[in-house]
Amino acid sequence: MTNWTDICDVNDILPNSGRAALYGGEQVAIFRITRNGKDAYFAVGNYDPCSGANVMSRGIVGNIGDKTVVASPVYKQHFCLDTGECLEEGQNLKTWPVRVEGDRVLLTS
Amino acid sequence: MTQQLVVVGNGPVGHRVVEQVVAAGGDWSITVFGEEPRVAYDRVHLTGWFEQRSAEPLNMVAPGFYEENAISCHVGDKVVAVDLAAKTVTSANGVVVHYDKLVLATGSFPFVPPVPGHERDNCFVYRTIEDLEAITAASEGAKIGTVVGGGLLGLEAAKALHDLGLETHVVEFAPRLMAVQVDDGGGALLKKKIEELGVCVHTSKNTQQITDGDGAVHKMCFADETELNTDLIVFSAGIRPQDELARSSGLAIGERGGIEVNNFCQTSDSDVYAVGENALWNGRIFGLIAPGNTMAQVAAEHICGTGVTEFTGADMSTKLKLMGVDVASVGDAHGKTEGALNYTYINEVEQVYKKIVVSADKKHLLGAVLVGDAEEYGNLLQFALNQIELPDQPDAMILPSVDGAASALGVDALPDTATICSCNNVSKGDLVAAVAGGCCQLGDLKSETTAATGCGGCTALVTQVMNAELENLGYEVNTDICEHFPYTRQDLYSLIRVENIRSFDELLDQHGHGQGCDICKPAVASILATCWNDYVLEKEHQGLQDTNDRFLANMQKDGTYSVVPRVPGGEITPDKLIVLGEVAKKYDLYTKITGGQRVDLFGARMEQLPVIWAELIDAGFETGHAYGKSLRTVKSCVGSTWCRYGVQDSVGMAIDLEDRYKGLRSPHKLKMAVSGCTRECAEAQCKDVGVIATEKGWNMYVCGNGGMKPRHADLFATDLDDETLVRYIDRFFMFYVRTADRLQRTSVWMENLEGGLEYLQKVIIEDSLGIATELEEQMAAVVGTYQCEWKTTIEDPEKVARFNHFVNSDATDDNVVFVREREQIRPATAEEKCDPADVLATAS
Repeated sequence: MTNWTDICDVNDILPNSGRAALYGGEQVAIFRITRNGKDAYFAVGNYDPCSGANVMSRGIVGNIGDKTVVASPVYKQHFCLDTGECLEEGQNLKTWPVRVEGDRVLLTS
Repeated sequence: MTQQLVVVGNGPVGHRVVEQVVAAGGDWSITVFGEEPRVAYDRVHLTGWFEQRSAEPLNMVAPGFYEENAISCHVGDKVVAVDLAAKTVTSANGVVVHYDKLVLATGSFPFVPPVPGHERDNCFVYRTIEDLEAITAASEGAKIGTVVGGGLLGLEAAKALHDLGLETHVVEFAPRLMAVQVDDGGGALLKKKIEELGVCVHTSKNTQQITDGDGAVHKMCFADETELNTDLIVFSAGIRPQDELARSSGLAIGERGGIEVNNFCQTSDSDVYAVGENALWNGRIFGLIAPGNTMAQVAAEHICGTGVTEFTGADMSTKLKLMGVDVASVGDAHGKTEGALNYTYINEVEQVYKKIVVSADKKHLLGAVLVGDAEEYGNLLQFALNQIELPDQPDAMILPSVDGAASALGVDALPDTATICSCNNVSKGDLVAAVAGGCCQLGDLKSETTAATGCGGCTALVTQVMNAELENLGYEVNTDICEHFPYTRQDLYSLIRVENIRSFDELLDQHGHGQGCDICKPAVASILATCWNDYVLEKEHQGLQDTNDRFLANMQKDGTYSVVPRVPGGEITPDKLIVLGEVAKKYDLYTKITGGQRVDLFGARMEQLPVIWAELIDAGFETGHAYGKSLRTVKSCVGSTWCRYGVQDSVGMAIDLEDRYKGLRSPHKLKMAVSGCTRECAEAQCKDVGVIATEKGWNMYVCGNGGMKPRHADLFATDLDDETLVRYIDRFFMFYVRTADRLQRTSVWMENLEGGLEYLQKVIIEDSLGIATELEEQMAAVVGTYQCEWKTTIEDPEKVARFNHFVNSDATDDNVVFVREREQIRPATAEEKCDPADVLATAS
């Protein structure tokens, strides 16, 4: 059975932006993507491998083609929120499963 | 069967040989020797070392390149002998390696004139990173520095000494600077311009001896019985081929040095090649990187048997920026060809010198010299290299275009064989083929062809070729802002204004598709802010903001922020200064005065920003908008209140202007300055809007900027009273905000307006479009709805909570680590983070 950890309220994350969370000693960037009233959540590493700073949660989200991405706020590389893949360089982000129960955002590893 | 290739010399050219042989993919076992203690680095951009004082950015060897290709690399080990009969080389450390093919890429060494005293302490050359380190160390105890040699490298060395804070002299034996590339007229202008930058130039000086100085370390004594006292000397009097190894092994050497090579770069021993500055081809040595790269390619192809390219000489044309002065030389710059005719253009007002040399029949361009403005270089080079027939009036090519008639050569006129990128030898045909093969963007085209990846001087031409070819292929050149909106920024501005659109989602629903991205979102956020001036951290706007706007501070490389309170006009009371000092001390922030006369406080963690700002706002400060694409600062001198020469109150005007335009969101950041007299101490002529006091009022300058591509502002209107000045600036800024492209500076915006400055004067001063009142009203709305974003933010607990580093913990980011340097904090380097002994404080 999978253990889900309660992280925060859905309203702690504004639509179409991210927040950093501490999970199992690691920094995770959780994103809430809202379009036409529907929400989708993603969780990737908060550590930006291109700049070495914990900043991914502060990037701008959007899409490039059919990929939902976040742009690093430091040097602007794009990372796919689904897979963690970096579109410009070979340094990818870790990803975590994330789900919502009621108003709570939950993470697991 | 595996063959042995040995490359002696690990400079840029030696390394190019290795890369080319590896790329050809044959079965080679490669051994490289380098005398210097590090692997190949970019010597052409050696002066770049001063930017970071680190060899790392100059490194030319890709990580893992040697390991992945099983190349054995011996750095810091000089090859001392070659045995042609036994086919071996022997190094100083006693390494002996057999070769099937040997490449000598030993380069050159700086020539030091044998003047008595040249071996004294504090005498240097300018060739390796170690030389630069030694010069920097010596500069610390020195006041005066002198460069012997006024050639290209000498002037670079002079810039370095000048930047190191030394009183700098250049001593040149010839009667002019850059004697090889430039003629007398160009040399004289170059001398004048360099002297204006604060470097003393002494031409026609023959140094006889160097002895103990009077009040300085050295005294240089010249043949004309004059003297110069100096603390350190850098010799840059030309280069000599490093041919000692070839000489001792018995290879054929030219009369005046250099290893003799044929068209395949083979020496007198057919298994031994020489490439670069040690090679003598047809009696000539080529001291530039481009010919060196060509030789490397020719030799590598010949060794691998993959090509038939021959070295047939090289074009020695160059374009440089020396101490900020454009200098270019094309082909036969001195007009040595029989029957050659010159056209010369001298503009003493703007300090521009241009000369073209044409053939006796005036049909072909032989050479050119450009000083002060080298914009036509690419054009002239193409005419010379490709023997394109000149227009009836060749002088039109260097004369300023009075009626706006373009004399530039259309790229369509170039043959496919025309070399566009001479660093990497890429022709127009190569580019055209790559575009046809699917490269529709500059980035793709660069990585596919390597064009514009060397010195970058051909980037504009490469872009032109790409766009022309795309059009030839029937593509429309796309000006859409991004994939989400089929519009330009200007279109989006009009849509938002006309349809009264108030949010990004509304705009996306009606005119776009997808989710948006980091290009369209900040652009739209900026337009919404200029049009409606909403608070930028409203729920529906905050996700659009670039990181700096989202946290109302400037993000630094370690994820911390800097805080810049507004100090209008740069005027600040002692009490407020003390508050800044106290806040900085309390939160242990690094403090620096900015170029725009503001105080910048660095190293604030995200969660500290609201508390820091609460204290600053309590003390009467406002946000400085240093994070936004908005008005940053209005710099001022002290003006007539204190200055002996001031004719108007520049401080008062600067404060008024800063208070008026603070908070105005725009396509690019904006800067202004006000000077109280023509001495221009506020440096207003490098700002988007500059104001300079006259006896009768104010002169207004527009569209200047500093930054990567500086531009002097243009005089827009003269002797304005206060009210007219403000009215013109209102109209100017609003017209710019309405019509400029995303991230387009005022300078580029004006250059792209058809009619340029004159058109702008008509719109703003004469109201030729009839929109002046509208522009003023729009500005009045922006001014009237100003709010300090930080004040609004700290008053709302929900917004303050967004600044916590973690949503589910009060912990702080343990990756933010500082060390102390010059009594202040700075971010720890990666190495320092690994060694806790160095660490000052972590965030926890």
